[in-house]
Amino acid sequence: MTAAVTIRIQEADFDIAQEISALTQGRTDIGAVVSFSGICRGSEGADTIAALTLEHYPGMAEAEITRHAETAMSRWPLTGLTVVHRVGRIAPGENIVLVLTASQHRQAAFQAAEFLMDYLKANAPFWKREEKPTGTSWVDAHHGDDAAAARWTKS
Amino acid sequence: MKVKYFAWVRERVGKSEETVEPPASVRTVDDLIRWLAGRGETYAHAFETPRVIRAAIDHAHVKSDTMIAGAGEIAFFPPMTGG
Repeated sequence: MTAAVTIRIQEADFDIAQEISALTQGRTDIGAVVSFSGICRGSEGADTIAALTLEHYPGMAEAEITRHAETAMSRWPLTGLTVVHRVGRIAPGENIVLVLTASQHRQAAFQAAEFLMDYLKANAPFWKREEKPTGTSWVDAHHGDDAAAARWTKS
Repeated sequence: MKVKYFAWVRERVGKSEETVEPPASVRTVDDLIRWLAGRGETYAHAFETPRVIRAAIDHAHVKSDTMIAGAGEIAFFPPMTGG
């Protein structure tokens, strides 16, 4: 079983259907693909958000995503995995991140996708800045993100 | 060694990277944070709450008690908010 792994960090938008097709084309060993996409919201509580700007740590961001991809592949029988994370200015309604996991059966694909998103949110070096009517500010980390990542740690 | 700053740590310090030569008494990540904080007002502001600052050595997360000897690049940044 070989797993096709694609990891990209880019300013440009991505096309989910195209990414799924690239992952599954010519393969007959994939029975399930789970797709998660994170999308920029236009509001946070009562505040309107005009846009997000994402900063990242080049080099480490790729390394960290690769580490988590390798962990996911060692824990679940995946046949393919794609992570695309955008950086730069992103408007409400636009894509921010894509995680695709492919496997022979759905359970591994569902679990690996959730694991990867939980780990990326807590550990991948990306930072969001929000543009609100009152000015711009860095988004505070959610305490829940660390907890969500920690629940995958085997005791 | 090369030091990099990201997000609001970068904004407060006023630069994204620099080369520093701390004295030999600066042995851990936490020592380096305290040494940097003493370099001036902008640094003091960036590192005023050391417990919220995250660090990475050569592209891997490290804890504050990690020794910095042999590090090529050390980065400081706030908790991550990607995804």
